[in-house]
Amino acid sequence: MPKLTIDGIEIEVEPGTSILQACEQLGIEIPRFCYHERLSVPANCRMCLVEMERAPKPVASCAMPCGDGMVVRTNSETVLKARKGVMEFLLINHPLDCPICDQGGECDLQDQAMAYGFDRGRYGENKRAVEDKYMGPVIKTIMTRCIHCTRCIRFINEVAGVPDVGAVNRGEHMEITTFVEKAIGSELSGNLADVCPVGALTHKPYAFTARPWELRKTETVDVLDAVGSNIRVDARGPEVMRVLPRVNDDINEEWLSDKSRYSYDGLKRQRLDRPYIRQNGKLVPASWAEAFTAIAARLKGLLGNRIAAISGDLVDVEAQFALKELLSRLGSTSLDCRQDGARFDTSVRAGYLFNSGIAGIEKADVILLVGTNPRWEGTLVNARIRKRYLAGNVTIASIGEQRDLTYPYSVIGSGPETLQQLVDGSHPFAETLRAAKNPMIIVGMGAFRRADGLAVQAAARLVGEAYGMFRDDWSGFNVLHTAAARVGGIEAGFLPGEGGRDVHGILDGASKGEIDFVYLLGADEIDTAKLGNAFVVYQGHHGDAGAHRADVILPGAAYTEKNAVYVNTEGRPQLARLAVFPPGEAREDWKIVRALSEVLGNTLPFDTHGQLRQRLMAANPIFGAVGETTPAAWAPFGAQGPVDTAPFVTPITNFYMTDPISRASVTMANCTEALVGPAQERTGTHG
Amino acid sequence: MKRTAAGEEGDEEAMAFLDRAARSLFLTELLGGMALTLRYMFKPKVTLNYPYEKGPISSRFRGEHVLRRYANGEERCIACKLCEAVCPALAITIEAEPRDDGSRRTTRYDIDMTKCIYCGLCQEACPVDAVVMGPNFEFSTESREELFYNKQKLLANGDRWEAEIAQNLAAEAPYR
Repeated sequence: MPKLTIDGIEIEVEPGTSILQACEQLGIEIPRFCYHERLSVPANCRMCLVEMERAPKPVASCAMPCGDGMVVRTNSETVLKARKGVMEFLLINHPLDCPICDQGGECDLQDQAMAYGFDRGRYGENKRAVEDKYMGPVIKTIMTRCIHCTRCIRFINEVAGVPDVGAVNRGEHMEITTFVEKAIGSELSGNLADVCPVGALTHKPYAFTARPWELRKTETVDVLDAVGSNIRVDARGPEVMRVLPRVNDDINEEWLSDKSRYSYDGLKRQRLDRPYIRQNGKLVPASWAEAFTAIAARLKGLLGNRIAAISGDLVDVEAQFALKELLSRLGSTSLDCRQDGARFDTSVRAGYLFNSGIAGIEKADVILLVGTNPRWEGTLVNARIRKRYLAGNVTIASIGEQRDLTYPYSVIGSGPETLQQLVDGSHPFAETLRAAKNPMIIVGMGAFRRADGLAVQAAARLVGEAYGMFRDDWSGFNVLHTAAARVGGIEAGFLPGEGGRDVHGILDGASKGEIDFVYLLGADEIDTAKLGNAFVVYQGHHGDAGAHRADVILPGAAYTEKNAVYVNTEGRPQLARLAVFPPGEAREDWKIVRALSEVLGNTLPFDTHGQLRQRLMAANPIFGAVGETTPAAWAPFGAQGPVDTAPFVTPITNFYMTDPISRASVTMANCTEALVGPAQERTGTHG
Repeated sequence: MKRTAAGEEGDEEAMAFLDRAARSLFLTELLGGMALTLRYMFKPKVTLNYPYEKGPISSRFRGEHVLRRYANGEERCIACKLCEAVCPALAITIEAEPRDDGSRRTTRYDIDMTKCIYCGLCQEACPVDAVVMGPNFEFSTESREELFYNKQKLLANGDRWEAEIAQNLAAEAPYR
């Protein structure tokens, strides 16, 4: 443990700590541009210079490891002079266009120029000008502003694993470029603008729309995938202006996927802002009272077994819990939160959670992906696997399709029979698993969205049992969900009860006329043609598939418009907070269910959000531990049985459009056009 | 001693009375006033026949706001929002988005003239001299609504007052 003195304060640090990190531990701020704590250290901006005794020149503190007996000064005359010199050099070629720069107000260079800048330029020659580069539909470039910190290059190569950005030429002629003109093919490209310390890379959808000082910041969680990334929603007036990631080392570190970041413009389009009732085949605007009366009239005298409910991918726990309570009062047990039709055993928590936690990926030494494309199903889970890959000594294998996952892996099979071969040890990969200390299996929805889902789950469990994934000190059995509402719905018990039907049963029943009333709680991913002649109530925030089929539409709130609980794939309940109010007459979803229950004469026993949360916690204590994961006890799950040999197929065909919000988003449509499908196969000779 | 002092005061009072009486008898004050009037009759007038005549105003005068254009007709404002940020009365509202040619321009630039306190911080904050408080002070209206200026009105003001404003800015240039 080296012991050194910084500004007269003695500190003992871990070996390998840089002087800059040691200063941070002491609370001394060192200016920097190129250094980023989650990226490698190039030490090329020279802004973090400090003075060290017995060193002939100032040293770059970000790259200098602490040594025993070092005496470092961070605020001496020499240091100040050195930093001022570096700043003057940086500003030589940096344009004075702060007023039209989107980084203005939150720019590292602007802030540090206030501390170390000279109030006039001494450079009389021509400034450098660089041509802007095309980097895709979400990143806007003004390359003249670039100070060559190379954070973007390091991010895209290290974290995103898509080596699309690099530098060409040297010295004054250095340019950051995509080599050939093409969109950056990474789902994490939005983070480039975040790591850029100046305004060279900015967010295209946010261009020129707002300034950081006029935004109202709300810390909430993302619901567009099941990872539950921590986000900050910046709003101005009634409008969400942008979404930024928030640091949470257990989940998203400080990154955010493009879908979560840029689909906010979908929150302004296709919104349901008032109730509608279908009259003579057409949806006509109605009041809340009329909508509730229409529902009550249809429900009158209906037996419980003719009523069903399906919840969607973006629904919060409270709404699902309230609707479940309402349906049980109406005598119905046909309710399901797995609108995608996935079949898996929900009786044992360990059987449907990401048990190791996303951060736990870093401890695994063999990772087996089953029927999942984590790059699209959980982009930040994939980023974590890549981080694990970069740390070295890990074997990654997949059962399913061959995709580019940004790290090398081997496809050892395509369907469930490979799992069975692993169970009986006849597959060559069994040796690798046996030798592993912390083996991990990640099962995706591609493995469960099939008729033999329960058998696949059981087979995966047997693999886990055979290779020590259920130990006291290590749980390597993980399920990667695709919908933010799923785990919350399961934990709240939004599942078929005794004698109840699941999604398949509900849809079959509705098409056969055995079910007369279907309540769609934000469910859009179902085959609405199968709803037959049933009376459909759609409660949700977007006019998507479900709303088109609905007989009554109840306008709900999107995730930025309510205080609610969401549970991510790890089983970690997190709070979403109200950033803006729902549009028009739309209301928070649990309130709608509560109000409807009163009209139906079955008033639910809670009046406030607090009371509802109390009941929720009484029903399932895990909702009390906000932000924490409750370890799941292991018990046998799944149902052993014959499996189909059909290969696993990933359920997501277009990463950028998976839910009503992203389908309504223009940015996501642009991304789809530029990055998905034919665009990916396009070569240089096209158009 | 006391009596003597009181006697002297009594004499003085009597003399003052006589003095006043003599002055009013000979109409000295009236004549003095008339003389002053007569003198001012031959001096230049200080009043103005407003609105037909107007006094000179400083080149730093802070009157009605304008949004200026460049000589080629391009609007100066680049939607940096510094004026909106600095405005202590929160009178300015700006919305912006990229224009078709990719440049940064406002889609909305409103000044609520009923909120404005004419402090001039907006024109000090402006990096491109787009928002300027012009020499016009005669913009009273008959309704409040007419004082909610939008971008169109402000640009029209700019076109109207450009000559004077350019002159004022040139005069002030050495001191900025």
